[in-house]
Amino acid sequence: MATKVLERKPLTWAEKTYLPQIVHGLKITWKAMFKKPITLQYPEEKPELPMGYRGIPTLVKDPNGREKCVSCQLCEFICPPKAIRITPGEIPADASTAHVEKAPKAFEINMLRCIYCGLCQEVCPEEAIFLQNAFSLSGYSRQELVFQKDKLYELGGTLPDTHHKWDKKKAAAAHPHHH
Amino acid sequence: MEVILLKALYALLMIGAVMGLAAYSVLGERKISAWIQGRIGPNRTSFPLIAKIPLIGPALRYLGIWQPLADGLKFLFKEDPIPGHVKGIYYMMAPVLVLVPALSTMVVVPFGEYFDSAGKAYPLILADIDLGLWFIFSLASLGVYGIVLAGWAANSKYPFIGGIRSCAQLISYELVMGLSVLPIIVWVNAPGVSAGLSLVSIVNTQGGAWFIMTQPLSALLFLIALFAETNRLPFDMPESETELVGGFHTEYGSFKFGFFFLAEYAHMVIGSAIFSLLFLGGWHFLPWIASPWPASIFGTICSVLWFLGKIVFLMFFFIWIRWTLPRFRYDQVMQLAWGKLLPIALINLVFYTILVAFIS
Ligand code: SF4
Ligand code: SF4
Repeated sequence: MATKVLERKPLTWAEKTYLPQIVHGLKITWKAMFKKPITLQYPEEKPELPMGYRGIPTLVKDPNGREKCVSCQLCEFICPPKAIRITPGEIPADASTAHVEKAPKAFEINMLRCIYCGLCQEVCPEEAIFLQNAFSLSGYSRQELVFQKDKLYELGGTLPDTHHKWDKKKAAAAHPHHH
Repeated sequence: MEVILLKALYALLMIGAVMGLAAYSVLGERKISAWIQGRIGPNRTSFPLIAKIPLIGPALRYLGIWQPLADGLKFLFKEDPIPGHVKGIYYMMAPVLVLVPALSTMVVVPFGEYFDSAGKAYPLILADIDLGLWFIFSLASLGVYGIVLAGWAANSKYPFIGGIRSCAQLISYELVMGLSVLPIIVWVNAPGVSAGLSLVSIVNTQGGAWFIMTQPLSALLFLIALFAETNRLPFDMPESETELVGGFHTEYGSFKFGFFFLAEYAHMVIGSAIFSLLFLGGWHFLPWIASPWPASIFGTICSVLWFLGKIVFLMFFFIWIRWTLPRFRYDQVMQLAWGKLLPIALINLVFYTILVAFIS
């Protein structure tokens, strides 16, 4: 690429007094005064979050309202700051999700430790944990910021899920030779 | 007796006006800087009852009208810590020493004119002393002692550097300021006329052309010196937050800091007033156009408002410049004063002296 050598002209007499430059600068700031402010009035207006934003980790349910987490504890193991603690539990035999092996009895994420790395979401085989849009947390005590299972489900809600993995499993169990 | 009462009333009004202007120029500073930087500026403070009035309440809130009140209260009620390493009594004295000269200069600043029953115009002034201008310069230069004292009494490095800088800067620019005003005094006191140094007589000679037209160079020099004297950007060496934390007032908090803050803006108000008296015709309407207001109380109010308008415009200019230009380097400030402005001011003075001698 050819380089363009700019010629540095010596300053003219007027330029040496700096006054034309100051006037020019004043013109620029004068125009800037009438531009629309770019301020976002934060608590009232919320920023538009981009796709793939990593807010706090939450647990989600499938479109049938069932618990997706199978308490495999992969997220617990991968979490770099060890923010997750899971206590696995059995599923009662008469529950609609009885064919799933396990479900967490207790699931807590310490939001004070979480570094929003998203590894838990990436590792989860059941697509049960997602980092969603919530980003402003506050609380009066440390204990308050250790989110329990119900709170995590409340924050997570239901995400559209195209796999319906369990439904397929169920169907496969009902028709073993159908492929 | 009546005269004393009138003077007292006028003094109160004047203090109110100058303090109000100073307080609201802080708001102006914040709002204008916000506009220039694409922000909104203070728009959250509201007053309990007035906020309820539809339209007006929210509009006042959006304009931040109550912000100076909240700021003032904050300065009053904040804890006032005194660092252990300061030099006690001097540390306390410094803010007062800064504020007193800044406010007492307004005694000799005329704010308009009033008319007696015969329609003769008198200036609205607390003390029309013959040495008005000289009085202002000498008092204003006392302000530097407060700053130097603050820098020294704080007993830590950044305030100390700030104090030294302000000392050097203010002394250099005072020279330029004095020299840039001399041509006007020469002009006003042309041979055969003896008007003295009174600001009133300077304003009275500007019924026709304003001095900014007949002496643009003096006006420019005076303006530059004024910026330096009031510690405004691009000359805010003594404060320069980015290098000296806060400069001479780094170790001050709460109301003592408020004093410095107020003094800076009071300086600005008085400085703008003096500039408009010297160069912008004071309360005269427009160059060569006689004042359109009648010779009555109403006319008095008009002249005062017109004068205040000029002050507000100049304050706006001060703020506008601040958010346009970057700060000079310290050696550049000194170089500018001694190497450029001082010779120019001297040449200017000689030129106008010869001119005045020729004309008369
Ligand atoms: S986002 Fe990272 S730090 Fe937070 S819980 Fe998941 S794995 Fe742990
Ligand atoms: S959230 Fe996912 S990775 Fe973590 S225990 Fe549940 S199923 Fe396993």
